Amino acid sequence: MSNHLKDITLKIWRQSGPNDAGHFESYKVDEISDEASFLEMLDYLNERLINEGQEAIVFDHDCREGICGTCSLMINGQAHGPERATASCQLHMRKFKSGDSITIEPWRARAFPIVKDLMVDRSAFDRIIESGGFITSPTGGAPDANLIPIPKPVSDAAMDAAQCIGCGACVAACPNGAANLFTSAKIAHLNLLPQGQAERFRRVEAMVETMDEYFGSCTNHGECEAACPKEISIDVIALANADYRKAKIKNRKQLARN
Amino acid sequence: MSVELNSKSPAGPLSDKWENYKADVKLVNPNNKRKFKVIVVGTGLAGASAAATLAELGYQVDAFTFHDSPRRAHSIAAQGGINAAKNYQGDGDSVHRLFYDTIKGGDFRARESNVHRLAEVSVNIIDQMVAQGVPFAREYGGLLDNRSFGGAQVSRTFYARGQTGQQLLLGAYQQLARQIGLGGVRLFNRTELVDVVTIEGRAAGIVVRDLMTGEITSHSAHAVVLATGGYGNVFFLSTNAMACNVTAAWRAHRKGAYFANPCYTQIHPTCIPQSDEFQSKLTLMSESLRNDGRVWVPKNPDETRPVDQIPEEDRDYYLERLYPSYGNLAPRDISSRAAKRAVDRGQGVGPLKNGVYLDFSDAINRLGKNVVEERYGNLFEMYERIAGENPYDVPMRIYPASHYTMGGLWVDYELMTTIPGLYAAGEANFSDHGANRLGASALMQGLADGYFVLPYTIGNYLAPMLNKPIPGVDHPEFKAAESAARERFNGYLNVKGTRSPDWFHREVGKIIWDYCGMERTQQGLEKALSELPALYDEFKKDLRVTGNGESLNQTLEKAGRVDDFFQLGMLMCRDALDRNESCGGHFRAEYQTDEGEALRDDDNFCNVFAWEWTGDPMSAKRNIEELNYETVHLATRSYK
Repeated sequence: MSNHLKDITLKIWRQSGPNDAGHFESYKVDEISDEASFLEMLDYLNERLINEGQEAIVFDHDCREGICGTCSLMINGQAHGPERATASCQLHMRKFKSGDSITIEPWRARAFPIVKDLMVDRSAFDRIIESGGFITSPTGGAPDANLIPIPKPVSDAAMDAAQCIGCGACVAACPNGAANLFTSAKIAHLNLLPQGQAERFRRVEAMVETMDEYFGSCTNHGECEAACPKEISIDVIALANADYRKAKIKNRKQLARN
Repeated sequence: MSVELNSKSPAGPLSDKWENYKADVKLVNPNNKRKFKVIVVGTGLAGASAAATLAELGYQVDAFTFHDSPRRAHSIAAQGGINAAKNYQGDGDSVHRLFYDTIKGGDFRARESNVHRLAEVSVNIIDQMVAQGVPFAREYGGLLDNRSFGGAQVSRTFYARGQTGQQLLLGAYQQLARQIGLGGVRLFNRTELVDVVTIEGRAAGIVVRDLMTGEITSHSAHAVVLATGGYGNVFFLSTNAMACNVTAAWRAHRKGAYFANPCYTQIHPTCIPQSDEFQSKLTLMSESLRNDGRVWVPKNPDETRPVDQIPEEDRDYYLERLYPSYGNLAPRDISSRAAKRAVDRGQGVGPLKNGVYLDFSDAINRLGKNVVEERYGNLFEMYERIAGENPYDVPMRIYPASHYTMGGLWVDYELMTTIPGLYAAGEANFSDHGANRLGASALMQGLADGYFVLPYTIGNYLAPMLNKPIPGVDHPEFKAAESAARERFNGYLNVKGTRSPDWFHREVGKIIWDYCGMERTQQGLEKALSELPALYDEFKKDLRVTGNGESLNQTLEKAGRVDDFFQLGMLMCRDALDRNESCGGHFRAEYQTDEGEALRDDDNFCNVFAWEWTGDPMSAKRNIEELNYETVHLATRSYK
């Protein structure tokens, strides 16, 4: 049976625009059902704010099924909150108690400037993919799908990496604001597959170098893996680093030959 | 007098039509393609694949999405898989069989020529996606694995765990991202379409609102593609993502594009029921659960005992009782209606008595917990995360929810709407699923339209326009549309009433769900058609949008979408009221067999209702496209 949580205090980051300094504001929420999702609790608060004539709190969200990667809340200092392998949208209020105080902030990273309140701009991720996170295969010329058998373990490993939802929790959790988990997950996905071999070394160089333009450096903290709602392993970072090193050696040889 | 709708289906036998079309289609020389600009609105499977392919061909493409990134589109949430007539399993599949299953699944209300083409190109989709690195499930030998899905007797569904939509969308997104990097596509993110502009009867461009700044601007092009998804959120509670809306399609409708079969909506039987009045979104649980779960409700509506203490004789396994041969695997529409009837009788379960049990205890006893966990472990985990109950110990609670909309903008064989130069692709059009869509066919249709249909058909329209000037954004029609949009959004801000857009959305959704949901009656639809305009008037007088129009304002965005849902809702009810038969997802209680099955009326309704805007959805004009079945024999579906 559902219960109602009483006296929840929310400390929420409000910032009217990219150039505003921003500040925390406190809100009391009473009588929220423990069946409610965390974002429904925010919907409920927003409805109340609108009724009181105040501006609603801006936050990014869409599918509410943990797959689109739009939601992006720092909850009590943890990216996506306290539940393991769970995006903010799938977190439920039953994980909290009456009387709890909950701090909600946007992702904090230099590469993710704040747009408004809890919403950030993650387009640096798109720049990384645009630089090489694809297999060049124009529509129409593809050979039969079963032409190249892919061993199941290879395909499964590619799928493990491909599950990334691009939410940015890894960057938000990283003390350096590094995007190595995101970038390496895509590199691993494509570089493991036979179809990805032709562009393998060009891909890793282009993506890593684009990443370096925007994000901090990886120092193997491992916070990214702990925060990832899809539990992507930091093994992918080792794989990308190995390919990056190989790419550099390969290119040096090519340079020498030229 | 209704207008004769020309489907432009090519001549020749069904299986030759697409080949004949391609043989005759006008082409644009590769060097001339860059002289044409095409706007693509929406970046889901249909939009991203169309934008990427058109740019690869050499057209200038401007792509628009209201998301922060194209990768967020709701195609990403599709779980089950994608159908294709590859016959890799050698189990008797063929293009014709996929075509027939789709027509039959749609209860004989789709256009033969379009569906046949869909089945033909389905095989190319799998090749294309594998080449792009989509990690589909594989056998140990390294070849692709398939599974079976509802409505088919073969295994033709390709899948990537329970995340097929995600992997396909990321594939299309990556291809689009490559084109953005190369400069072939200009991407406008966090930008929402607010109007479609037509000049001299042709699509001339669009008016958009920058969601970050509120700025309203125009974009002109030679052709416009709307790949903006379905309108399932008209019900407020649905499995659609929060931002899914009908605005792009509706604004096009208001500019002359006919809206076809709006009452064809699909209700999915296995969703997690609403848990409280604040709930904003429902979650789908894969239909595969019904392979081993047994659906039941207590016989006594006043049952108070805990679930594990209700003895067998006091349980009603109603699907097994009513449909002995299909049992718990009865089709989506049948199972959904049966659940609704149980809940309406007061036999619902859960704190709000709004669900039915899906019980795995027999399966656990028969197969062992390990086997059940192997088959459904991830789904059980997802259920527990949302419902807070462990389905190994307590039966799941499920209830039907709005999931997909078969209706949409009317398009001809070329996917062109009734506005020349305006195309609709994917869920936004009405074309391929008739009155009911089969599982794993939405992804197939989105990619077929974007990859393998539009790139041909758009060329046919553009070729004669070579070197002819098109109207620019300073044309008075653009300026007029911009001022109208500004006025509309300022209008929402200036009502200064007392109710939020969400409040109105919830209310309009309730009316549509109650009277135009799983089961419709003449009386109910007439009631809805009297309540909706009254509520819409209230919306115009009592809406409250806080904040301003010059910075990011999600409340204001929502107000615009709810406005369009109101108008669409009225058209849906009119469509359902005029369709005096039951077919697929449209069930009119007056038209059923003695066994409670849908009763079609092929003599009078083997057709498409294509509605024309007249200034008021309550007086929209109905046009009819007759469906001529040349190959398929109309049959009655039976599941006993």
